[in-house]
Amino acid sequence: MMMILGKPAPLLFGQLLLGIINGSFYAMLSLGLAIIFGLLNVINFAHGALFMVGAFVTWGLLHYLGIGFWPALIIAPLMVGAFGLLIERTLIRFTYKLDILYGLLLTFGLALVLEGIFTNGFGSSGVSYGGPNILSGTLNLGFMYLPVYRAFVVFAAIVICFGVWFTIEKTSLGALLRAATENPALVQSFGVNVPRLISLTFAGGVALAGLAGVLAAPLYSVNPGMGTSLINTVFAVVVIGGMGSIGGAILTGFGLGIIQGFTEVFYPAASSVVVFAVMAVVLLARPAGLFGRVA
Amino acid sequence: MTISRRTLLGTAATGVAAAALPFGRARAASKSLKIAVISDFSGPYRDIGGPTSVACVHQALADFGAKDKGYDVTVLQGDHQESPAVGTALAQRFYDQGVDLVIDVPNSAIGIAIEGVAHDKNRAYINTNSASSEITGKFCNAQTVHWTYDTYMLSHSTGGAMVKGGGKKWFFITADYAFGHLLHDQTAAVVKQMGGQEMGNVNFPFPQTTDFSSFLIQAQSSGADVLGLASAGKDTVNLVKQAHQFGINKTMKIAGLLVFINDVHGMGLDIAQGLTLTESFYWDMNDRTRAFMARVKPRTPNNYPSMGQAGCYSGVLHFMKAVEAMNNMADVKNGAAVVAQMKKMPTDDDAYGKASIREDGRFMCNAYLFRVKTPAESKGPWDYYDLLATTPADQAFMPMAAEGCPLIKT
Repeated sequence: MMMILGKPAPLLFGQLLLGIINGSFYAMLSLGLAIIFGLLNVINFAHGALFMVGAFVTWGLLHYLGIGFWPALIIAPLMVGAFGLLIERTLIRFTYKLDILYGLLLTFGLALVLEGIFTNGFGSSGVSYGGPNILSGTLNLGFMYLPVYRAFVVFAAIVICFGVWFTIEKTSLGALLRAATENPALVQSFGVNVPRLISLTFAGGVALAGLAGVLAAPLYSVNPGMGTSLINTVFAVVVIGGMGSIGGAILTGFGLGIIQGFTEVFYPAASSVVVFAVMAVVLLARPAGLFGRVA
Repeated sequence: MTISRRTLLGTAATGVAAAALPFGRARAASKSLKIAVISDFSGPYRDIGGPTSVACVHQALADFGAKDKGYDVTVLQGDHQESPAVGTALAQRFYDQGVDLVIDVPNSAIGIAIEGVAHDKNRAYINTNSASSEITGKFCNAQTVHWTYDTYMLSHSTGGAMVKGGGKKWFFITADYAFGHLLHDQTAAVVKQMGGQEMGNVNFPFPQTTDFSSFLIQAQSSGADVLGLASAGKDTVNLVKQAHQFGINKTMKIAGLLVFINDVHGMGLDIAQGLTLTESFYWDMNDRTRAFMARVKPRTPNNYPSMGQAGCYSGVLHFMKAVEAMNNMADVKNGAAVVAQMKKMPTDDDAYGKASIREDGRFMCNAYLFRVKTPAESKGPWDYYDLLATTPADQAFMPMAAEGCPLIKT
């Protein structure tokens, strides 16, 4: 068997692939965060909790209404997005004119409340969600068995990331959004309803968290704490990529997934720390992040 | 006289406060007791402790007939939030407030920390939900009883049975903290002792890890035929779920070294079926356990008690019997005396049957090896286990001579 650095080569190929799969979750979650931060200047700490809500909604749709995975891919993000719209209108919009820390504290509190509600309702061991039958089973790649569903997640993540990046960077709607954040007064004077644009942007970012939750439901235990475990890493991804940089968030998400995957082979105990080590190094060398603009 | 809304509310509040004060009742002042459940009420171990443990404590008091016998028992609860600092502070405060017994306490780090507090305050402490065998080993003291299970029992019951069944080559996935390491070390020792082999072990960062696929792939390529999970709670749930996604359950046997019925419920039988695990209590074992379940169910309809929670029932019932036998409420404030009395009397209750407490504070119960049923075999809610083997109490736990408990003169 071919060996690389004392590890069997097939194992390392496997890790590369798994790293890409984990990276797709980092990318999808950090994408939503980057949009909300980049366009609204809100550090949304409730993002992980909304990801969890997305997973629970997916489970609930099947459990209570018999609605399966494919419709849930559309319905759950819409529901989470609508919930996002509600909290933006009733709570978050009041923090726009305040110091950025108020938004952070508010969303952090929201995350705790959401987790508490779900823990009370469903317990801490969570619920089980099976995923679509058509994507069950494994593919034999020679060096590893790849669950079909994970391959689908990577594909979905790439499509979603590209779609969002394209919308914001290359379409006229995206241009309007970016303009509205640069100079809201000017854009408003052209007859654009800027507050509504901002609300919908927030809802869109949150819906992305919900969508990631749908994709995660068949993979992970659906439990109230599932977002908390991910959110710290995802924040590191956003910081490394450059706060608010959408392309940066996507590339860094995949990149860190791969780095973490290899750490899990060579020194597993460090696999949760490696992301923050990279963050420290990047911030020392480039304080604005890899793809960030210096303010 | 005009009564404003404010004074009315104020008066009502004072009334409520007075009624809530336990010292306000003269009737049973001489026989009043306080029991505190310190547990996880909001985090990952809530389902294996938390509100269901409190329900079991109340059931024990009801079955004992505390009220009819003139005891006025207040049950308090505190959330340790998975932090040893919070747990220790809670225990100190409770004992200072006159709590006579602290019970439950999942998470070995907190369980051991509170053991020290019980000793310093000389009050009784029954741990029903921590795994570390060191509670009755180097940390043991005269105020503490360790109910339910420990790492030695789990490793010998599950590990021993798997090796006997032909699973000689093991790969471990271990939660990287004291509990995981102890469970891994003790199980690996059993495996080697019985002629098996450890093919590898990975320590995963606790509690941040959600995706275990890298570790599972390493297990898959190790050539082992048993996957030993030295983890607990949602980590085990995630590990088993993801092992299925990679088809590992088809090539390897999965041994959950610490799995509760609540975890199985969280996984669902589709995923959990075939898992081998050890508990010392299962609600559907015999007529007595079923009778217990029928009584406690209204208090916890959606979460059936696992062994730790049933231990809260069994422990409190025995504590009350000891208090009754002592027949002197002043002595109850002496934790060492209460625990000595508990050790003197054999235990007997519907959840655990007849058992006893050893000199080192170890509750001696049988260990049951279970296999999780398939969805087709399961006939009703929470019908999850098939009994594979029973390890009698005297073989299930570490011999006292090997423990290094300072109470035992060797």
